[in-house]
Amino acid sequence: MFETFWSLIVEQGWGLALLRGALVTICIGLAGMVIGLIAAVPFAIARWQRVPVLSQVVDVYSIVVRGVPGLLVIYLLFFGSVDWVQKVAVAFGYRDVAESAYPSLIGILAIATISCAYSVEVMRGALEAVPKGLLEAAKSLALPPRVAFFRITLPLALRLALGGVNNVWQMTIKDTSLVSVVGMQELMRMAAIAAGITRSPLLFYCIAASLFFAMTAVSQTLFGLGERHINRGFSGG
Amino acid sequence: MDFTIIAYAIPFLLTGAKTTLLISVFGVGLGLPFGILVALARTSRNRLVCKAADAYCAVFRGTPMLVQIFVIYYGLGQVGFLRANPVIWWLIGDGLHAAILAVLLNTGAYTAEIFRTAFLSLPRGLIEAAEACGMSPWIILRRIKFPLALRQALPSYSSEVAIIVKESSLASTIAVLEITGWAKRLMSETFAIMDIFIITSAFYLTLNVVGLTALKLLERQLWFERRLTRTKPTSPCPS
Repeated sequence: MFETFWSLIVEQGWGLALLRGALVTICIGLAGMVIGLIAAVPFAIARWQRVPVLSQVVDVYSIVVRGVPGLLVIYLLFFGSVDWVQKVAVAFGYRDVAESAYPSLIGILAIATISCAYSVEVMRGALEAVPKGLLEAAKSLALPPRVAFFRITLPLALRLALGGVNNVWQMTIKDTSLVSVVGMQELMRMAAIAAGITRSPLLFYCIAASLFFAMTAVSQTLFGLGERHINRGFSGG
Repeated sequence: MDFTIIAYAIPFLLTGAKTTLLISVFGVGLGLPFGILVALARTSRNRLVCKAADAYCAVFRGTPMLVQIFVIYYGLGQVGFLRANPVIWWLIGDGLHAAILAVLLNTGAYTAEIFRTAFLSLPRGLIEAAEACGMSPWIILRRIKFPLALRQALPSYSSEVAIIVKESSLASTIAVLEITGWAKRLMSETFAIMDIFIITSAFYLTLNVVGLTALKLLERQLWFERRLTRTKPTSPCPS
C-alpha cells in the first residue's frame, strides 16, 4: 500500500506536479482577489455616493454575478472571448503567446469578476459603517474632500472591511477550482490529470482536498493575525 | 437578442431547471435537519462527538465543493467494498445521487455553523428556567431552544439556500445536466454566448427570488412581535 503511494507521489513525480498546481492556484486566487478588490473600491464609492447610472450599473452587475453560479460566469467569459481573442491575436501576430497565456488570463479575469462582485458589497457596507461624526469633524476642520477621504474614510473603512474581505478570499480561493473545467492547469486540473493517468482518483482528489484545506487554514490564521493587528487600540480588538 | 435562439433554449433550460430544483430541494429538505443535528453535536458535552462534528465542518468548509463532488463520485467509486455495498453504490454510483449527496454534505457543514452560533446565542436564563420547570432535555430542545434558534438563524440560512441553488451547478461537472450544464451545451451549440447567459441568469435569479421570498415570509411568520401587532385592533383614525 505505502509503496504504491510512494511510487505514485515521488517516483512518478505527481506530488511535485500537484504542488506546482497548488502554486498556480494560489497565484490565480491572489491575482483575481487583488484585481477584484482594486476594481471594487471605485465601484463601491460609486454606490456609496449614489452616482447616477454608474451606481445602478454596478448594482445590476453585483446582483447578477452573485446570483448565478461561478461556473456560468466562467463559461460566459471563456466562450464569449475565444473568438475575439483569436482575432486580435492573429491581427497582431501573437498567436502562440495568446494560445499559451489565454486560459490563465481569462481564468484570472473570471475569478476577479466574481470576487469583485462580492468585494463591492463588502466595501460599500464598510464605507457606510464609518461613523458620520468623523466625516463631519473632518469637514469642520476644512479638510479638502480628497484628503478627508484618503486620510479618514478609507483607512477606517478598510479596517471595517477586513472581516468581509476574509470571507471573500476564502470563497475566491475555493472558486479557483472552477477554472479547471475550462482547462487551466491549476491544482484541481492537475489532480484530475493524475487521477486519469494513474487510475487512482481517490488518492489524488484527497491530496487536492488537503492542499486546499491547508491553503484556507493558513490564510485564515494570517487573517486572524492581521485583524488583531489592525484592531489594536480599538475597544474589544 | 435573437428570439429564435431564446425559443430554442428555453425548453432545454426548463428540463435543466427541474434537475437544479430537485438537487436544491433535497439540499434544503435533508440538509437543514442534518445541519441542525451536526450543530447539536458540536454543542454537545461529549468530547468525541463534538470533535468529530467540528472536524467534519472544518473539512467541508475548508475545501471547494468541486473537490468534494469529485471525491464522492470518482474517488469513492474506486474503493472495492463500497462498490460491493448496494446502498452506498446506489448513493454514489449515479451522477445525480452523488451530486445530491455532495450538496447535502456541503450545505450540512455551513448550516451547522449557522445553527451553532444561533444555539450559542440563546440566553442562558431561558434554558435554566426551562430546567427549573423540570423539562426534559428533549422538550427543552423542542420547545425552547429550537424555536428561538430557528428565528435567529433564518436570515443567514436564507443566504445559504441561495448558495445551495448556485452550488447545484457543480453537478454539471459529473455529467448531470442541470441549468448550467445545459447552458454550456447550448453555448457551444449556438455560439449565442451572451443571449444564453442572459436567459440562464434569469432562470437562476427567478429561482433565488422565489426561494428567498418564501423564506422571508416564513421569517415574518416566526417573528412574534409582528404577530402581536397584527392581532391588535387597527386604530380607527388614519395616521
